[in-house]
Amino acid sequence: MFEALREALIEEMKLDPTVCVMGEDVGHYGGSYKVTKGLAEMFGDLRVLDTPIAENSFTGMGIGAAMKGLRPVVEGMNMGFLLLAYNQISNNCGMLHYTSGGQFKIPVVIRGPGGVGRQLGAEHSQRLESYFQSIPGLQMVACSTPYNAKGLMKAAIRSENPVVLFEHVLLYNMKEKIPDEEYICCLEEAEMVRPGEHVTILTYSRMRYHVMQAAKTLVNKGYDPEVIDIRSLKPFDLHTIGNSIKKTHRVLIVEECMRTGGIGASLRSAIIDNFWDYLDAPIMCLSSQDVPTPYAATLEDATVVQPAQIVAAVEQICQ
Amino acid sequence: MAARSISDSTAALTIETSVPFTSHLVDPPSRDVTTTPAELMTFFRDMSLMRRMEIAADSLYKAKLIRGFCHLYDGQEAVAVGMEAAITRNDSIITAYRDHCTYLARGGDLISAFSELMGREAGCSRGKGGSMHFYKKDANFYGGHGIVGAQVPLGCGLAFAQKYKKEDTATFALYGDGAANQGQLFEALNISALWKLPAILVCENNHYGMGTAEWRAAKSPAYYKRGDYVPGLKVDGMDVLAVKQACKFAKDHAVANGPIVLEMDTYRYHGHSMSDPGSTYRTRDEISGVRQERDPIERVRKLILAHDLATPAELKDIEKEIRKRVDDAIAKAKESSMPDTSELFTNVYKKGFGVEVSCQICSN
Repeated sequence: MFEALREALIEEMKLDPTVCVMGEDVGHYGGSYKVTKGLAEMFGDLRVLDTPIAENSFTGMGIGAAMKGLRPVVEGMNMGFLLLAYNQISNNCGMLHYTSGGQFKIPVVIRGPGGVGRQLGAEHSQRLESYFQSIPGLQMVACSTPYNAKGLMKAAIRSENPVVLFEHVLLYNMKEKIPDEEYICCLEEAEMVRPGEHVTILTYSRMRYHVMQAAKTLVNKGYDPEVIDIRSLKPFDLHTIGNSIKKTHRVLIVEECMRTGGIGASLRSAIIDNFWDYLDAPIMCLSSQDVPTPYAATLEDATVVQPAQIVAAVEQICQ
Repeated sequence: MAARSISDSTAALTIETSVPFTSHLVDPPSRDVTTTPAELMTFFRDMSLMRRMEIAADSLYKAKLIRGFCHLYDGQEAVAVGMEAAITRNDSIITAYRDHCTYLARGGDLISAFSELMGREAGCSRGKGGSMHFYKKDANFYGGHGIVGAQVPLGCGLAFAQKYKKEDTATFALYGDGAANQGQLFEALNISALWKLPAILVCENNHYGMGTAEWRAAKSPAYYKRGDYVPGLKVDGMDVLAVKQACKFAKDHAVANGPIVLEMDTYRYHGHSMSDPGSTYRTRDEISGVRQERDPIERVRKLILAHDLATPAELKDIEKEIRKRVDDAIAKAKESSMPDTSELFTNVYKKGFGVEVSCQICSN
């Protein structure tokens, strides 16, 4: 996946000279997850900028540069570090288009890895989708495969809106064959992963893989789950999601986000508002626990949703 | 008596600044400033217009036509006017929330300003920004920001874009003595110095961060020195010619060498905002003392009279005319309607949790 993201960056930077990348160790070091490997040599220090460890100011600078016509891609080495830039992301990135009465556009992409990894400890295992969710003016997507990573990165760069692209620490080494021809993924579209009839499972990012693992078990047990990777965390693709619910009448949300105020909580609300009449069972939502991610392996595993829990949930919904 | 018209001559006039410049890590510019009669008259007009606008805003606020927060600039006019005289509209300015006069200096008009203050659709931000969010993109005025200090990294980002696009222009990022203690300033200055960005950080030191005097908030209130490895200049911010000289110097420096800090020693007559009487943390004597000794408009008036560029009566006429302009603008602004409810959802995303579904990429 890191290569797919990298390809997207290279293609867009070649196409549009206003696209630049800024973040810690993105340049000479090649990026802590190799997403920007080789870019500094290709595009130079003015377009691939190694910043000091100063998230608040370099995110602010990216937004200022966007006000003046550039298209910065701001990398948080870990999404968690971007909390230091929260004011800039919320008040300036999200709001300037509105408070200026439409004069300024902020076409930035804010991206970085988040999620629970392998015993990285609480501060490096954050799931911040919910933290950014309420910011008016921001668009949010989460990639999960090399294919959609490249497509979403390209779309995010081209979008006039500020987009937060959530990557996942454990997915960077995922491999997949992707097309040679240029393609873009729609920022607001969900992805049908596995069509089915019995239950709609909505998921995103790494949990997609836990869901698919559970799906194998479920199929063996005679269930036919429909798996949708929602990809677009804000806005939700209620068109695709709605069509699925109208078919299956049962919904399970599986996410890595925190339970409280998470993406799942919002999604559940949206489904109830829009598709209540189509539901034959209460919507279930499996989220990660509202705890700082513990270091110990067993505890860390218990923090996030595991395939066994997904299987049990589907069995319960389909009773 | 023969009729005499106000001098609009462009013959050069050299005037000494009130005090010499104090500098840090750089040789200061000369205190001899070149100007012209026409320019001095422009200074008088522009500053008087700003003064009048702010005083009118005070009345409108008390009449509850302006709501929320309203931070007035009266006393500080020389900074906005002097800066504008030193630069072009291709240079960028960004400031915090005390932005009405900066907007005017950048070519903004009175009607848009008053409309915005009163939340009308004819406002410069369509009524959606308010007092703290004035912007003028075509004049490279980037606002207009409510969170103390957050505009400085934005300003360094503007400077970065200027360098990226090879523009030979500079960015003036203004902040107050209160904001000077924000960490993000030092972060942004560090990056600007490393990347040699044409960023000029201008501390408008009016000596009070809301109700807290500078010496209670800053261990070192020598703001022009706090760039450490970045050169700085301390300027009498009540002297429009000194401001002009310093800004010209700073722009040349920044474009050639990277960031520089300017500290404008200035003063606000009003409190921090209309919610602050401004008299609980400073004495009335102090305020009237500054008005007596250092008022920027009075300084220019004295210069004009001393050089016989206009008579006192002519200056009074100008002030009368300005008063009328402001009153007319307010009347016009009052006629503008409130924004339509549909405006709630423009310039932001609306469908589906506040995000507009209008993917420009695919056919959605």
